[in-house]
Amino acid sequence: MMAKLLKNREILLVAAIAVLVALIALRFPAFVAPANLARVYNDTSILIILALGQMAVILTRCIDLSMAANLALCGMVAAMLNSAVPGLPVPLVIIAAMALGGVLGTINGTLVWKLNIPPIVVTLGTLTIYRGLIFLLTDGKWINAHEMSDAFKALPRLDLAGMPVLSWVSLAMIVLMFVVMGRTPLGRAFYAVGGNPHAAVYTGIDVGRTRFFAYWLSGTLAGLSGYLWVSRYAVAYVDIAAGFELDIIAACVIGGISIAGGIGSVPGAVLGALFLGVIKNALPVINISPFAQMAISGTVIIIAVAVNARAERRKGRVILKKAEAV
Amino acid sequence: MADAQISPRNVPDRLEGRGARLLKSWESLLIVVAAAIFLGNSLASPYFLDPWNLSDATFNFTEKAMIAFAMALVIISGEIDLSVASIIALVSTAMGYAVQLGFDTPAIVAIGLGVGLICGLVNGLLITGLGLPSIVVTIGTMSLFRGLSFIVLGDQAFTGYPESFAWFGQGYVWWVFSLEFTLFVLLAVVYGVLLHKTNFGRAVYAIGNNQTAALFSGVRVARVKFTLFLLTGLMAGLASICLTSRLGSTRPSIALGWELEVVTMVVLGGVNILGGSGTIPGVVLAALIMGMVTFGFGLLNVPGIVMSIFIGLLLISVIALPILWQRARRRLAH
Repeated sequence: MMAKLLKNREILLVAAIAVLVALIALRFPAFVAPANLARVYNDTSILIILALGQMAVILTRCIDLSMAANLALCGMVAAMLNSAVPGLPVPLVIIAAMALGGVLGTINGTLVWKLNIPPIVVTLGTLTIYRGLIFLLTDGKWINAHEMSDAFKALPRLDLAGMPVLSWVSLAMIVLMFVVMGRTPLGRAFYAVGGNPHAAVYTGIDVGRTRFFAYWLSGTLAGLSGYLWVSRYAVAYVDIAAGFELDIIAACVIGGISIAGGIGSVPGAVLGALFLGVIKNALPVINISPFAQMAISGTVIIIAVAVNARAERRKGRVILKKAEAV
Repeated sequence: MADAQISPRNVPDRLEGRGARLLKSWESLLIVVAAAIFLGNSLASPYFLDPWNLSDATFNFTEKAMIAFAMALVIISGEIDLSVASIIALVSTAMGYAVQLGFDTPAIVAIGLGVGLICGLVNGLLITGLGLPSIVVTIGTMSLFRGLSFIVLGDQAFTGYPESFAWFGQGYVWWVFSLEFTLFVLLAVVYGVLLHKTNFGRAVYAIGNNQTAALFSGVRVARVKFTLFLLTGLMAGLASICLTSRLGSTRPSIALGWELEVVTMVVLGGVNILGGSGTIPGVVLAALIMGMVTFGFGLLNVPGIVMSIFIGLLLISVIALPILWQRARRRLAH
């Protein structure tokens, strides 16, 4: 029983987060005030949404390094749309951003599906292209708060039943992805393709098309996050979310999503993102310099992988024990 | 690395003569691309063909190429090292710290190479000792190493390197040939021999193609991989010495984003990102191409970020074109 519990990554993560929060609370009780915990969750919302998209892609044995660049491009286009036509209803801007994100995702997906180019190469290429396009669009100029309409900026902060809309959006995405992953043929296909592509083909699943949809999904979620990011921080420039792609992957890895595909869950991705979020929010509270943040999250990633490693190892036919060990 | 493709790799369509194979090889495609860019550059700007300008242009790729050689071996063996740029930052920080303590050039260089090796050692131990996937481990150490530089430096910079140290990034060995370019040529030869002429190189290919089979045929898989990560660490250390010396200062944001550029260079050079195939001459050509693109755009006053669009397009199209070409040929044959 105990061993089974320890093997369950989600429970392990909940425990790790609880211990972390408890340790912080020992010295700074204010950290565990419900209002503050809600603020930490709100701060992590965008990372959660992105990690959910990345999870779908990683499950199919692919990777999406272009997510942060996609976010930046969609956020910039949303901001430009808003400053050009301030009267445009915000929901339409969001739909436009999500549609654009979806298109950028399908570009990745098509290259992976139709040309069979390795995912890491495709997204490495589109990462630089998407980021460069922002520069071409704007000539390197910023879009500042005063150029955005009030409605555009206010939406994510709007208080709804005690929580900002941003938190509600991420909760909605968690529920949506939970249903998609667990209750739809597409969700099953993600797992099947990553678990064993050959077997997936024999069961009638189109491996390429499944990967294509995974990229479309991650692109669309990146588009949504683009709007949320730009409106929340009320500024758009070429370098927003630079390097964030690795935070997203780190959240997935900490959440127990196997980089070799096929293993992972929605709660895992959410908890992985929350773990990083708690650390990020706790550092200033416990008086650790923000400069140490990178080193700490790096250490956390390595420890998380090391802990997960045993469960993640592929169970093949064991001909020689040592072959499994390398 | 996860194997993304289902079809068997590296199996030729049919056996061909040496000449035909050479003509159709990736390297010949790269030579054509390189020649086209060289011609384009020399037509676009009258200043391009000046030997001193060309010599300056080598700085655009030499440091990245040093790492790319070691990275090529790592990728051929089916692994990846995303922490190289952060190793550069940490090495540079360590050397800057040594300068503050009053060390002289030989000690600084030794410290640089040593710290690079230690970083490689950490990666190697985590990956081969614990059997962890390299892409995840090096994402972790990437944050860790750069994070350590941020802790030491904060938002400060280390300067005040001794004058003799400047030779590594700014010195010339003979006429227009800088030390960096000479190192690049030397390392190209060393890595070319190591990969293509030694048992070690054969082992690298064997591991990349089928790790289990390699193990059964007596290749010490873990030891070879460990050595490869030591090599990337060492090369990142060497690149850091050159770069720090050229810039004359250490900042925590030094070489930011280089890991992706180095990987791009290796992949553009025809190394299969899934492991098992690739050559050093390919990487050399890719380095020259990327250097010329950067330099040519610089002469035309094109901003750096637009250059990256071009390199991204180049990466995707150079890989997509042969696939499309092969498909078109197959369709015509029917």
